[in-house]
Amino acid sequence: MTAVVRTEGLGRKYGRRWALRDCDLAIPAGRVVGLVGPNGAGKTTLLNMVVGQLAPSAGTIEVLGGRPASGPAQLAKVGFVAQDTPTYASLTVADHLRLGARLNPGWDAALARDRIERLGLDPARRAGRLSGGQRAQLALTLGIAKRPELLILDEPVAALDPLARREFLASLMEAVAEHSISVVLSSHLMSDLERVCDHLVVVVDSRVRVAGDVDDLLTAHHRLTGPRRDAARLPSGQHVVSASHTDRQSTFVVRTDGPIHDPAWTVGEVGLEDLVLAYMTPKTEDRPALEALR
Amino acid sequence: MIWLTLRQFRLQATVALATLVAVTALLALTRIDLVDDYADGIASCTATGGCERFKLQFFDDHQSWFTGLVTVVVGLPGLIGAFWGAPLITREIEAGTHRLAWNQSVSRSRWLAVKLGVIGLASMAAAGLAVAIATWWSDPLDKAGADRFPRLSPVMFDARGIAPIGYAAFAFALGVTAGVLIRRTLPAMAVTLAVFAGLQLAVPQYVRPNLITPVERTVTITPENMQGISLAETTLTVRARVDEPGAWVLSDYTVDASGRKVKSLPVSLAAGACAPPPPTTVPDGKESVDGSGRGPAEKCYAEIARLGYRQHVTYQPGDRFWPLQWAETGLFALLALGLSGFCFYWVRRRIS
Repeated sequence: MTAVVRTEGLGRKYGRRWALRDCDLAIPAGRVVGLVGPNGAGKTTLLNMVVGQLAPSAGTIEVLGGRPASGPAQLAKVGFVAQDTPTYASLTVADHLRLGARLNPGWDAALARDRIERLGLDPARRAGRLSGGQRAQLALTLGIAKRPELLILDEPVAALDPLARREFLASLMEAVAEHSISVVLSSHLMSDLERVCDHLVVVVDSRVRVAGDVDDLLTAHHRLTGPRRDAARLPSGQHVVSASHTDRQSTFVVRTDGPIHDPAWTVGEVGLEDLVLAYMTPKTEDRPALEALR
Repeated sequence: MIWLTLRQFRLQATVALATLVAVTALLALTRIDLVDDYADGIASCTATGGCERFKLQFFDDHQSWFTGLVTVVVGLPGLIGAFWGAPLITREIEAGTHRLAWNQSVSRSRWLAVKLGVIGLASMAAAGLAVAIATWWSDPLDKAGADRFPRLSPVMFDARGIAPIGYAAFAFALGVTAGVLIRRTLPAMAVTLAVFAGLQLAVPQYVRPNLITPVERTVTITPENMQGISLAETTLTVRARVDEPGAWVLSDYTVDASGRKVKSLPVSLAAGACAPPPPTTVPDGKESVDGSGRGPAEKCYAEIARLGYRQHVTYQPGDRFWPLQWAETGLFALLALGLSGFCFYWVRRRIS
């Protein structure tokens, strides 16, 4: 398996606070990777290190076999649509395309022109006067027409309304299918990514909580419902992701490679959104104060 | 990258160019009369005498324009630093567009190098043009006012020659540096102006006099050597005459017989030998030639010499204008390079 992004013990500190730590990742090529986690979990920090915007404080990172942003050749291989999809407000759409053409040896002018035309953007319009959705599309066009092997998008749809979100993701997927690029995109909402990604990385509290292909994750996770029971009494092969209890009943989301044999449990599937939520919500064991209240 | 840099600079360049063209046109028109008046005046005063008075009058007539132009040339580098230097990087950081620029296939260093190089050169060119045009227009006035405002005097030095080009390069680099450190445009502009203004005041005071070792003279106090002796209450002070055209006098004080600096000549002199003659009630031509009309009497100088007082002067001779210009321009160019180097380090390591 060739990895487009490989990190070992990767970490980044701001002052004394770790924004991301102990990150070991191997993201396979040809996937659309969703990077999910609550706000402030470290997603942007991770992506900024992948594109070389930010230098790591600890560990190593390798992107497409090279050090991020180590030179023009490496920069040419990675496209980046930064948070809030920045564009030059005083430059026109056409200026942006010219910028892309001048600064990227692999620039695909026809592709860029076609996209702008299809999106119905007026080339003479200043980027500052575009709507949020149009600006995001312009930034995406710059990222795609550069013809990178890996495209990184940091919360590209966070500021968009639902319709613009859908259009943006649709046009992203279209480009991905057409040019077979690997994509990593982040969001704090799983619902944004559910339809598009086939690989998932969940970051919570500066750490990677789970990473894997969506299909594998779905088969490995189960929802167990049954009589109230302590999480510690589950078999050792079953790793508890989240647990919730009522007076009589316990519900666990567990990760396991083997089948569930205990007949006391009703075994259900876990949807992707619930799965991610299970990782994002702190386990009940982490909150003894609530237990004591009962 | 050059294209993008120029494209982003288009508005500022247009404003600067339009101002330059308008001001130059105005100056070109007014200069025609200025040159003619000066030539006519000099021609007539050479024939009839009184050239000093004509020059004085001519300079006074046009002084507001003259000082206006000097102010513009002196102030321009600071404005360049604040309006071209400071926003160069902060605007990108404030809008997040540096993330867009740094993820094209161009390294951060090249991005910065082109920005600094292109706009830095534009800054130097702007200052060079301004000083060239101002010097060209002021030519008759520089001649007429050479005695009162020699080009080596602190403010004139900043407004002539090549030093303004060095100032512009430095102010620009200073603006960029303030920008990358503060990361916000307005505070960076304010800091740039404040620091540059501070330097403009400090350099003529503390640095420029010592770029080349000044000439030092200790002379006897005689009517020929002195520009004047002045008496206020009982304080008697002497000012030396530096007989070199356009010299920049740095210090001028009296030393006693042992060579120590004294604030003023002793009171005994002021009350004795150098006391002003009693006011003559009858205006008598002969009396006044000896007394108040011609300054202190011979006996005053004789008494000063007997007590061993001498006058100490340090100055930069007028012919050091160009050596000092080169030295100061070089100094500011070095500072500009140093700041640019710092910007490279900071942008590569500390900004994301």
